[in-house]
Amino acid sequence: MAALLEARGVSKSFGGLIAVDTLDFVLEEQAIASIIGPNGAGKTTFFNVVTGFYKPSTGNVLFDKHDIGGRKPNQLTRLGIGRTFQTIRLFNNMTVLENVLVGMHHRLHASFFGAVFQPPRVRREEEEATREAMGLLDYVGLKGHEWDFAKNLPYGLQRRLEIARALGTNPKLLLLDEPTAGMNPNETQDMTLFIRKLRDDRGLTILLIEHDMHVVMGISDTVTVLDYGKKIAEGTPGEIQRDERVIEAYLGRRALEMLKHDD
Amino acid sequence: MNAIAESWSKLPRMLQVGIVLALIIATPYLIGAVEQTSNFALLSQINRALIFVVLALGLNIVVGFAGLLDLGYAAFFAIGAYTFGVLTWPNLGIQASFFIAIWICAVVAAFFGILVGTPTLRLRGDYLAIVTLAFGEIIPTLVRNLDEITIRIGDWVILDKFNLTNGPQGMNPLGRPDFSFFEGIFNMQPGALAVSFDPKFWYFMIVITAGFVLFASRRLDMSRLGRAWKAIREDETAADFMGVDPIRTKLLAFAIGASFSGLAGVIFASMIQAIFPELFRFQVSIFLLIIVIISGMGNVFGVLIGGLIISTFDGVLLAQVLPQILPDVDVQSLRWVFFGAGLIIFMIFRPQGLFPRKAKAAVIPTALAAEGGD
Ligand SMILES: Nc1ncnc2c1ncn2[C@@H]1O[C@H](COP(=O)(O)OP(=O)(O)OP(=O)(O)O)[C@@H](O)[C@H]1O
Ligand SMILES: [Mg+2]
Repeated sequence: MAALLEARGVSKSFGGLIAVDTLDFVLEEQAIASIIGPNGAGKTTFFNVVTGFYKPSTGNVLFDKHDIGGRKPNQLTRLGIGRTFQTIRLFNNMTVLENVLVGMHHRLHASFFGAVFQPPRVRREEEEATREAMGLLDYVGLKGHEWDFAKNLPYGLQRRLEIARALGTNPKLLLLDEPTAGMNPNETQDMTLFIRKLRDDRGLTILLIEHDMHVVMGISDTVTVLDYGKKIAEGTPGEIQRDERVIEAYLGRRALEMLKHDD
Repeated sequence: MNAIAESWSKLPRMLQVGIVLALIIATPYLIGAVEQTSNFALLSQINRALIFVVLALGLNIVVGFAGLLDLGYAAFFAIGAYTFGVLTWPNLGIQASFFIAIWICAVVAAFFGILVGTPTLRLRGDYLAIVTLAFGEIIPTLVRNLDEITIRIGDWVILDKFNLTNGPQGMNPLGRPDFSFFEGIFNMQPGALAVSFDPKFWYFMIVITAGFVLFASRRLDMSRLGRAWKAIREDETAADFMGVDPIRTKLLAFAIGASFSGLAGVIFASMIQAIFPELFRFQVSIFLLIIVIISGMGNVFGVLIGGLIISTFDGVLLAQVLPQILPDVDVQSLRWVFFGAGLIIFMIFRPQGLFPRKAKAAVIPTALAAEGGD
C-alpha cells in the first residue's frame, strides 16, 4: 500500500509553546487511523497543519505525492483533503443542501456570467450537482432535511452534515476531528459504524481524532498517541492498550505504578 | 394576503409575466393621472426610488450575500456618475455615446471595487467598515478637488490647471441616450426620439436596468458564486477549508457590487443632467445600508420591495406630503431621526428584516425538478 499522507519532522509552535513537536507520521491509502492524546496534546494543530491552515514551523508534509508547503486550505481541498471540525462549523444561515453544494464548489465551474445567463452547460452542472448533493444527504441520513437551515438541525445531524459537506469536496483523505464528541452511546455506535462504512464504500482514507476509546479501538488500523506535541507511541489498537507510556500519559505515573502493583 | 399569493401562484407563467409587464407599463400613466390632481412630483420620485433599488441590490451583494460591511458604497455610485461625466461632459470634448459610456463606467466602477477590496481582504468586520468608510469620504472630496490638476515633472508641464470634474460647481450638461439611429430606420422626423427630462422616459430606462439587476441578483443567489459568497459570510475559514478561495470570492463581490452601483450612477447622472460631489456623501451609503438591513439582508425581492417603500417614504411622504400637512415643522431635519429610529426598532424587534430569506430560494428550479421523483 502506498502512503497517502506523510509528515516528516513537522513542528508547529505558537510563540514559546511547541504544540506539535518534530512529528513523523505516515498514513497508508484506505487506512483508518486515529490520533489520540490528552487535551492540548496538539492533535487539532496537526490537522490544521495538514490542511494548510498553519504553515509548519519545521518539517514538511506530503499528500498524494504533492508537497503541501505554501498551499492554502482551499487548494488542498482541491487536491483531495476534506475535513470536519472539533466544534461544528456549518454555514448556519444556509440550507442543508446549500452546505453540501458549497463543499462541491471546486468541482463546479460557473462564475458570474454563467450564473447570470445560465447557459445549458451551467444548468446541467447545477442539476447534476444538486442530484449528487441530495444523494450524499441521503447517504449520511439527512434525507428530508434538505431545506432546513443548518442551524436548525439537531446536534447529531449537524455532525453528519459536516461529513456530507466534506464528502462533497470529493476527498481522498478525510480528517475527522472528534466526530463523536457530545454524542450519547447509541449515536456514538452509529457514527463508528458509519465511519467504517465510509472507508469500505468509498475507498476513503480516514484520519480521526477521538477521545472515546471504544471508538478508537473498534475501528482503527493504527493509533498514534501524542503528548505535549510529541508522538509517544504508535501501533495497532492492541499494542497501544498495553503501552506503558500511553497509560502514563493518560492516567499519570502513579496510576501506572498501581497497575503494575496489581499484576 | 395568503389567499392572493396562492391564487397568483396558480396562474400560468405567461399570464403572470403579462400582468407584471402591464402593471409596469401602466404605472407611469396612472401616476401621471394622480400627479394631475395633486401638486406632488411622484414619478420622478419613483424613478429615484428605483435607482436606489439598483444601488441597494448592488450593496446587497457585498453586505447581504458576502457579509462584507461596506460603509462607503456611495463612492462607487459617484465613480459611475463621474466617469460618465468625464466621458460625456461637452467641456472635455470626449462626448462618448451613452450606450458605450455606460459599459465603460460599469467596468471602471468594478475596477475601483477591486482596488478598495484588495487592501481590505485580510480585514474583517469592523476594520473593513472603517476602511470603506474612509474610501466613501475620499471619493467626493477627491472629485471636488479635481478641477485644477497640475502635473509637472521638472520644467515639463503635463497638465496645467486641467479641469476634470469642475469641482464644487459640478458637471452639467451630461450625455443622454441617443436614439436618432432609429428615427432614420422608422422614417420619423429628426428629433422625434430625442430624450428630454420627461420622467416617463427615464422610468422605462430605469425599470429595464433595475429589472436586469434584479434578475442577475436572483440568479447569483442560486449559483455557485452566490453560495460561495454566503459561505464566506457565514464562516470564512470553514469556507476556505471547503474549497472556496476567499480572496477571489470577496473581490468578485466587491467588483460586481460596485459595477451595479456604477450603472446606477450613469443613469442617475444622465437623468438629472448635473452631478455635484455633495450628491454622493456618507448619508447615501447609510441610507442604502438601512434599506438592505430593514428589507432583509440577502433577500433579493425583499430589497426590491423594501427599497421602493423606504425611498418613496423618503421622497414623497417626508419630502413632499408631510411638509404640506405640517407646515410649521421642519420635517427634513427630522429625516435622519426617522431612519435612525426605524433602524433601531428593527434591530430590536425584527433583526432578520421585513423579508427574511426563504430556504427554497436557493436552487435553480429545474435543478429541483430533476429531483422531482422523490
Ligand atoms: N492559534 C493558537 N495560538 C496559540 N496557541 C494555540 C493555538 N492553537 C492551539 N494552541 C495551543 O496549542 C496546544 C495544542 O492545541 P490543540 O488544539 O492542537 O490540542 P488538541 O490536542 O486538539 O486538544 P483537545 O483534545 O483539547 O482538542 C494547546 O496548548 C493550545 O492551547
Ligand atoms: Mg482538538
